[in-house]
Amino acid sequence: MGALNITPDLDVIVIGAGPSGLSAATKLARMGMQNILVVERELEAGGIPRHCGHPPFGMREFYRVHSGPRYANKLVRRAMDAGVNIMTGTSVIAIHPNGSLTASDDSGAFQLEAKRILLTTGVRETPRSARFISGMRPGSVMTTGALQSTVYLKNQRPFKNPVIVGTELVAFSALLTCRYAGIRPVAMIEDQHRITARKGSGVLPRLLGIPLRHNTTIKKIIGEHQVSGVELCSGNSDKDGSEQIACDGVIFTGQFVPEASLCRSGHLDIDALTAGPLVDQSGRCSDPAYFATGNLLRPVETAGWCWQEGKQVAAAIFNDLKQGEINRTSRRIIIDQNSTAQIKYVMPGCLSVEPGNTLATHSTTLQIRLNTAVKGTLELKQGSRKIASQAISSLPERRILMPIEIPTELDTSDQLSLSFKPA
Amino acid sequence: MTSPQSSHQLQTLPDSTQDIVVIGAGVVGCAVARECALRGLKVTVLEKAVDFLDGASKANSAILHTGFDAPPGSLEQRCIASGYQQYLSYAETVGLPIMRTGASVIARSEEQISQLDGMQDKARENSVSDVQILSRQTLNAKIPHLAADSLAALHVPGEFVIDPWTTPYAYLSQVLQSGGTLMRDCELTGGTLNGGIWQLETSCGTMTCRLAINCAGLYGDQVSQHLTGKSRYQIKPRKGQFVVLDKAATKQVKTILLPIPNERTKGVVVCPTIFGNVLVGPTAEEQQSRSNTKTDRTTLESLKAQLKKIVPDLADTPVTAVYAGLRPATDHSDFQISCHSDQHFIDVGGIRSTGLSAALGIAAYVADQIEGRGHWPKPTKEIVPPAPTFPALAESAERDWKKPGNGGIICHCEQVTRREIIDALHGPLAATSLAGLKRRTRVTMGRCQGFYCHAELCELTKGKLTPAMSSSIP
Repeated sequence: MGALNITPDLDVIVIGAGPSGLSAATKLARMGMQNILVVERELEAGGIPRHCGHPPFGMREFYRVHSGPRYANKLVRRAMDAGVNIMTGTSVIAIHPNGSLTASDDSGAFQLEAKRILLTTGVRETPRSARFISGMRPGSVMTTGALQSTVYLKNQRPFKNPVIVGTELVAFSALLTCRYAGIRPVAMIEDQHRITARKGSGVLPRLLGIPLRHNTTIKKIIGEHQVSGVELCSGNSDKDGSEQIACDGVIFTGQFVPEASLCRSGHLDIDALTAGPLVDQSGRCSDPAYFATGNLLRPVETAGWCWQEGKQVAAAIFNDLKQGEINRTSRRIIIDQNSTAQIKYVMPGCLSVEPGNTLATHSTTLQIRLNTAVKGTLELKQGSRKIASQAISSLPERRILMPIEIPTELDTSDQLSLSFKPA
Repeated sequence: MTSPQSSHQLQTLPDSTQDIVVIGAGVVGCAVARECALRGLKVTVLEKAVDFLDGASKANSAILHTGFDAPPGSLEQRCIASGYQQYLSYAETVGLPIMRTGASVIARSEEQISQLDGMQDKARENSVSDVQILSRQTLNAKIPHLAADSLAALHVPGEFVIDPWTTPYAYLSQVLQSGGTLMRDCELTGGTLNGGIWQLETSCGTMTCRLAINCAGLYGDQVSQHLTGKSRYQIKPRKGQFVVLDKAATKQVKTILLPIPNERTKGVVVCPTIFGNVLVGPTAEEQQSRSNTKTDRTTLESLKAQLKKIVPDLADTPVTAVYAGLRPATDHSDFQISCHSDQHFIDVGGIRSTGLSAALGIAAYVADQIEGRGHWPKPTKEIVPPAPTFPALAESAERDWKKPGNGGIICHCEQVTRREIIDALHGPLAATSLAGLKRRTRVTMGRCQGFYCHAELCELTKGKLTPAMSSSIP
């Protein structure tokens, strides 16, 4: 910390140097803010794409296809060229009210403060423990993230013949990582009757000769110090469909959760549906000194999407600082109790209006995800007043966008409610 | 399963006849060895696993019990009471962490309320006299967030939370500094007593000693059988599964929440840990296996369901980790500690769930037994106890990330620094397995379970752990 000469008057601290954090910092600097600091806990900036050693990254940002590390590198260079300070190897331990934080690096603990703090700490996959998978707890059971950093950053492999659990997009990324490292998975399993990622991805395991098994769940991990196999359970079979297969590792892929521990352990409100911090349409948290963007807001979007969100939140922060103190009314958006089976989450979790703010935008786009495949209409209401509606036909886990006009007045005390009506 | 570079391979069995061999390096074995070493005896500890604390001691609820609910007059109660007092002064002297949380035994029905008086009487009989019955109102004022059916409680101010891993580490460090030996990956296979000297056969070779102390925990009856031809008790392993909640749960749980126990178990506890998490567990499942610490989904889900009934606000708290431990229960209800002068053998068996609290009490009891018998080894010199060394892992401690030169944080969830990991992989008590490294540093034990630090750890631990975390890509 001593080596870096940071001005004490920081405008914005960005926590996390992944695509959304770097994009926000770059944009803020380009808009003319002088004192932008990005704090990154890894020794290198760039975030998750750094250890995805395969394409496609960067279409949205650079109009051509890059591998993850090359893409990450370009984002970092762009931020530095714009005048952003990036402090790597620095872990934020805690955030405090009104924009100050405790961090730690090789020199020990220290405090930082800024006018605004932007949280872009991203997502991580749900590990085995939180999934309550039965069995012993040997090593060589890990998430895609752990596998990829081990393979691409350290040139090491933890196993040779693992089972891959899940079929979100990241599972296919795990497949490519295995291929790179000479790891040959014995099976890829999915508990639903179709893969979660878009259909085309399903071709990949077939090309690589790896059995893709639908309607199959992992029941148990076998092996005391090292994995010797897994017990699988096939949902289709009427008889007791459990079966043991030999393997030396397990990769739990996907089931992303926002890395929101700083918010959760700190003072910020959490959105129970997204498990990220509760934000309004500008990305503002329950403490207005804090903003959040990127995958921290909800599981899970592509790097390019997060990069785009970073730019938007930068504009919001810029306006916020320019505008100064302002009256603000915020209302929660909740899921109608009859629609919780269909709607998984809506982000942002609240809307704000700022009557005196000439810079405020009056339209926004709700990001919605579903639990099941449905056809019908989404409707946003406040009390009996209808604010927006939209016809949808979608599979679960697909991005649904619902553009809305924000009412200029949110003066009734009612929260907003999002409901789904089947066709 | 050995790796040539592992540091524990450098250990060799002592040539000279030892005064004492302690079989088993769990918390009880470590405490007994420490007591003997501090009384001037030459001690070797044998551990069959690649690292110490690998059996019953690796998983527990980390509560320092007062013994308020132990059977009055039992050896267990006596050892807990003495262990508790000794621990408080030991921890204070050497700087081991204690969270002075207190505990509340919560009554959730009229019938349970009627049991509180009896528990209070029992506590007083056990000389735990500061217990107090709390009315519903006082309870709710004292402990917010409890479920609505929490009707009354017995408050036990002296029940504390301690560090289950650095505590025995500190004990062992004193054994080594006093000239004692720790042999890991060294299994006792048999022994013969000749002219008052034991010749012990181990997987690392033969050694001799004057007195063998069996602290083999889950394998206690087998060791008795090996050395004396019979065992006075039979180990009946009892599994306990636990769920560890995200650190944010400590906002709601600042004290130990106990249910009214039944005759078989103390029941499911909700309590903070010294590491800043919240624990829910254990279950009590009897089983044959002495090594099976499997968790299962149904049980873990039932623990979460019970949590919801105890502290409803925590129902949606993310789960950080799950684990299971085994208690070396026996066919008896009390500790099974017995001295056999003619056989030069002390049996310390059946130390079930209260081993961590009772360890120093057991150690003193055993050492007194040794001194009481004239023909057994007598300490030759007055010893000034060496200062123990141990990692500072408690949330309240001056953690390494706060200090200069820490090398940066590697495990972000538990804030473990590069220096802490490197330190834990070196020295006479170096970690030799990933599990051992976790116990010394907390690395990968947080909410991401290695998502971020696994790669770095593969590199840092290369050639040090059994089994290895990874191999090079050809």
